[in-house]
Amino acid sequence: MADELLETIPEFRKDTDVKPQDEGFMDWTALTHVPTARNRREFLIIVGVAVVVVATIELLIRAFQVPNYVLPAPSSIFNALVNNFETLLPHIGVTLQELVGGYLIGATIGILLAGVVTQVPLVEKIITPYIILLVTTPMLALVPLLVLRLGFGLEPRIVAVALAVGPMVMINSATGFRRTDLAKIALARSYGANTLQIFYKIRFPIALPMIIVGLMVGGIFGLLTAVGAEMVGGGAGLGNRLVYYSSLARMEAFFATILIIALIGITMYVIFFLIGKKWASWEA
Amino acid sequence: MAAEAQEISTAAVVSSRPTSRLVIDKATKIYQTTTGPLLALDSFSAEIHEGEFVCVVGPSGCGKTTLLWALSGLHPLTSGVVMLDGTPVKGPRPEIGMVFQEANLLPWRNLMKNILFPFEIKRLDATRYQARIQHLLETVGLAGFENKFPRELSGGMQQRASLVRCLSFDPSVILLDEPFGALDAFTRDEMNLLLLKLWSEQRKTIVFITHSIVEALFMADRILVMTPRPGRLAREVMVDLPRPRTLDMQSSPYFVETAREIKELIYASIKK
Repeated sequence: MADELLETIPEFRKDTDVKPQDEGFMDWTALTHVPTARNRREFLIIVGVAVVVVATIELLIRAFQVPNYVLPAPSSIFNALVNNFETLLPHIGVTLQELVGGYLIGATIGILLAGVVTQVPLVEKIITPYIILLVTTPMLALVPLLVLRLGFGLEPRIVAVALAVGPMVMINSATGFRRTDLAKIALARSYGANTLQIFYKIRFPIALPMIIVGLMVGGIFGLLTAVGAEMVGGGAGLGNRLVYYSSLARMEAFFATILIIALIGITMYVIFFLIGKKWASWEA
Repeated sequence: MAAEAQEISTAAVVSSRPTSRLVIDKATKIYQTTTGPLLALDSFSAEIHEGEFVCVVGPSGCGKTTLLWALSGLHPLTSGVVMLDGTPVKGPRPEIGMVFQEANLLPWRNLMKNILFPFEIKRLDATRYQARIQHLLETVGLAGFENKFPRELSGGMQQRASLVRCLSFDPSVILLDEPFGALDAFTRDEMNLLLLKLWSEQRKTIVFITHSIVEALFMADRILVMTPRPGRLAREVMVDLPRPRTLDMQSSPYFVETAREIKELIYASIKK
């Protein structure tokens, strides 16, 4: 509450003030502060090394005649990707629907819950153990039960994704909202700001970098849960295809599916990386 | 017509609202801490006149900031009252502008958006103050830096920006809480001279908190010396130095002697 100011001894630079660098529960800076190419030359080197690595794998697999069912060559994976793309397309659609649907539900609830709960420290302390329980328990474990309740459609998997994403977003956002900077709140108050203005002009911007980290990690967990839930029991989706192709020992198609899943994950990561660069770079 | 408009906008740039008068009457503040009640400010009374530059000086933890927060309406007093132009201060008042320890800029906003922050909160039309803001930016030497983010500015530049932010909406009282304490000595002198220049131009009522006796003597018309724990008014010192102040005044016999007296007064109160 804004009124925490009223009886706080104004000694900001002491322990009352949480500085952005010290984080509470989780700090995924390893994910948000990756080194990137500084110039064209570095970029070319990075890409060049990647090309060499793939080419070497290709050559080694051919030279030693590694059987397909052990590890298919990159070229045959790529061929399989092109040849099977049309049959995989509806499965990509299914996975994306589960992911996006569950993600939107989970992330929205997670951010809102974090924003509300951090305003009342006691309530936050009461619900945090449950959130940690949800974060640490793999939501995949619930999928058989969800299927029983919700049937074989998309619903059980959307719920599983939401359950995986929500707590992860919530716990990171809560860390962000807890970073109260009393000096900045006092600044806003000195201009007559009300509680709502303090929330969206001060607290929310301060929390934003951690919210973005939560959204990024939540996305990764969401994808994991969506694919896993499809493997556990589902008629469609990329996870379902993984089980299907491996049962037929069609390893090129199997790896092509993994490649698609990886691309979805990387795309999500890049999106949030760019969002973070735009909206949270002030912190770096 | 055009000449008249010109006159109005010039007026908005330099002159301003009438200045204000602050009366502090038996201000007392007790904080409830986990180790028991803490008397931070004990029956502090003083009067600050229109357009006066008053420094409050005292050691750390003597309740200087508590006093300033009470003046600004950020903290309620346990007992006693602060009157601003005849009405008690019970919460933040639009006539008051604050400058905080360290610049306290919002790091996610660029310089111009930081300066416009008070206008957003107060829902004031910033376009009406544009000439004023531009004039202030030029006076403090920050014109051309409007799109820079705080981390791209030096400590001195950040604090100059926070001065502009404070003066931009034309408050009649300015409360400064050790604003230049984190700056190096040279930048600090520079900032002090800049503040005096702005004050001579805008004639605000100023309460300036510092733990530097030299800074207080250099800036103020009058110094309120405080004793620590509980914060009490130890003495008022009228500063008998002409204006405009110059840095060489700091080595005059009067300056050195008065600084020594205040120092002794504070040390004596700490020993007790």
